[in-house]
Amino acid sequence: MSKIRVTNLDFFYAKVQALHGISIEIPQNEVVAFIGPSGCGKSTFLRTLNRMNDTIPNTRADGEILIDGVNINDSKTDVVALRRKVGMVFQKSNPFPKSIFDNVAYGIQINGLHSNKADLAARVEKALTDAALWNEVKDRLNTSAFGLSGGQQQRLCIARALAVQPEIVLMDEPASALDPMATQKIEELVVELKRDYTIIIVTHNMQQAARVSDKTAFFMLGKLVEFNPTQKMFTNPNEKLTEDYITGRFG
Amino acid sequence: MSQPDNKTEEARSKGVLTADTIYRALLLGCASLIIVIVLAMLVVIGQGSLLSIREFGFHFLIGSVWDPVKGEFGALPFIYGTVVSSVIAVLIATPLSIGVAVFLVEQAPRSLARPIGFLVELLAAIPSVVYGLWAIFVLAPLLRVYVQPPLQAALGWTPFFKGTATGIGMFTGGLILAIMITPIITAVVRDILEAVPVTQREAALALGATKWETTKIVLANASSGIAGAVILGLGRAIGETMAVTMIIGNRPQISVSLFEPGYTIASVIANEFTEATGDLYLSALVEMGLILFVVTFVVTAVAKLLILSVGRKTRRTA
Repeated sequence: MSKIRVTNLDFFYAKVQALHGISIEIPQNEVVAFIGPSGCGKSTFLRTLNRMNDTIPNTRADGEILIDGVNINDSKTDVVALRRKVGMVFQKSNPFPKSIFDNVAYGIQINGLHSNKADLAARVEKALTDAALWNEVKDRLNTSAFGLSGGQQQRLCIARALAVQPEIVLMDEPASALDPMATQKIEELVVELKRDYTIIIVTHNMQQAARVSDKTAFFMLGKLVEFNPTQKMFTNPNEKLTEDYITGRFG
Repeated sequence: MSQPDNKTEEARSKGVLTADTIYRALLLGCASLIIVIVLAMLVVIGQGSLLSIREFGFHFLIGSVWDPVKGEFGALPFIYGTVVSSVIAVLIATPLSIGVAVFLVEQAPRSLARPIGFLVELLAAIPSVVYGLWAIFVLAPLLRVYVQPPLQAALGWTPFFKGTATGIGMFTGGLILAIMITPIITAVVRDILEAVPVTQREAALALGATKWETTKIVLANASSGIAGAVILGLGRAIGETMAVTMIIGNRPQISVSLFEPGYTIASVIANEFTEATGDLYLSALVEMGLILFVVTFVVTAVAKLLILSVGRKTRRTA
C-alpha cells in the first residue's frame, strides 16, 4: 500500500499556477527523489506534503493528498499533528540559537514525547546516533549548535527532525550547500534511514538521485513528466524529455 | 585589439589609490566628528560646573536640598526622579512594545500590519510637548479618577501607592514616558523580528510547533537585538525633558510613593536655567547636565553588561 497518494493536485501562488494536476503514489520505506530544472515545482510539491506552503500568503492547493488514507489537504487538518508525522529537512541548515542538545530536544519537548529527563536524554542520543552525529558531538552537547561545521549542522537538523519520530521525512536539497565529503555522509544516511522512514528528497544533483533513491520523479514546468524506478529512469526512461534532461541536454 | 599599455594602467591604479585615500579620510572625518562633539561637550560642561564642584564637592551628589535662595544645591532628588521615572517607563514599555511588534510581524495580516506600523512610526515623530499637553489634559484626569483610586485600594498597603491621588507625579511621569518610548522600541523590535530568517520559523513549524512556540524561537533569535532596542528606549526616557516636566510635579523630593510628585535632572535644567541668577546657581545647573551625562552613561553600560551576562548562555558563542 502506498504511504502517500496524491491525486490531481493543482497549486497556485496568487494567480500563478505552479503545479498542474500532479498524481503520484509513494510507497512506504522507500527513498523517492524529485528531480527537475529550477522552478519546475518540485520544492513546491514537497512543501504541500506537510502544508508548509500555508505560511506563504495567497497560496492555494486544490486536489487530494492522502497520507495513510487521510486527506491532509483539507481545512480541518490538524497541521501541527501532520507536521509531527511528516518531518522536514531544509536546503540550508537552520539550527536554533541553542545548544546541540537543546536543538534535538526541542521537538521532543514541545510535543511532550518524553516521560522524564532520562528519557529525554535517551531520545536525544538515539536521534543523534540515527543521524550519524553522536560520536562527533557527544562530548560537547551543551555547546552552541553554531560551533558545528556546515555538514554537522545539517545532520543536526536531520537529528532534530528524527527526534519527533516522524513517519515521513521530506528533504529539500539537503546537501546542496555542502562539500563532497559532507554530502557523502548525508547520502549514506538517507539510504540508512529508509528502513524506518519514508523519504522524499528533492535534488538538483542527478548522480545523487541515482545513488540514493529507489524511485525518481521528474518534474518540468509544474507537471510530473515521469515517475519510475530510478534504475529505469536513468537507463531507459519512457519519455524523451526525461532522457534529454538526464543526459544534460538542457536544464 | 592591443593590450592596454602600462602607462594607462599605472595612471588608473594611481587614480584608484587617491580615490580610496580620499574616501577613507572622508569616512574617518565623519566618525571623528562624533568623538570631537562628545569631548567638546564634556569640556564645556565640565568647565561650567567647576565652580559648583569646588563649592559642594561630592556632597552635591548626595545632598537632597535644592534651595537657590540660600545657595544650597543637592542633586539626589533629581537623580532619583530621573532613574525611577525611566525605569517605570521601560518596565511598562518593554512588554507592550514586544507584544505590538510580535503581533505586527507574526500575526497581523498585511492589510492590518501596514497601517498599524505606519501609526507606530507616526507616534514616534510627535513632539514631546504635545505628549505633555495630552498628559495634563487627558491622561492625568483619567488616572486620577479611574486608575489611581483602584490601584490605591488594591495595593495601598505597599509604600508605593500612598498619598493623595492627584494625577500628577512620578506615576504619571513614568507612564507618559512609557507611552513615548513604546513606538521607538516597537519600531526597532519589529525590524529585528522581520530580519529573523524565515528558515527559523519553518524549522519550528516543521517540528510541529504551534504559533506561540514558533514565536518563542523567533524571539530567541532576536534577543540581543531586542535588548538593544530597550536600551535605546531607556536612553530616550532618561533624557526626555518636556513632557515629564509638564506632568511629574517638579518638586525636588525623594518619596517611595509613586503618587507623589518628583523632579528629573532634565526638567530642572529646563525650568530654572533662564532664571538662574548668580554664578553658583548657574554652575550647579550645568553640573546637573554633567550628572545627566554620567547617569545616561552608567545606566546604558549597566544594561549592556546585564545583557552580555544573560546573552552569553544563549547566544551563538560556541
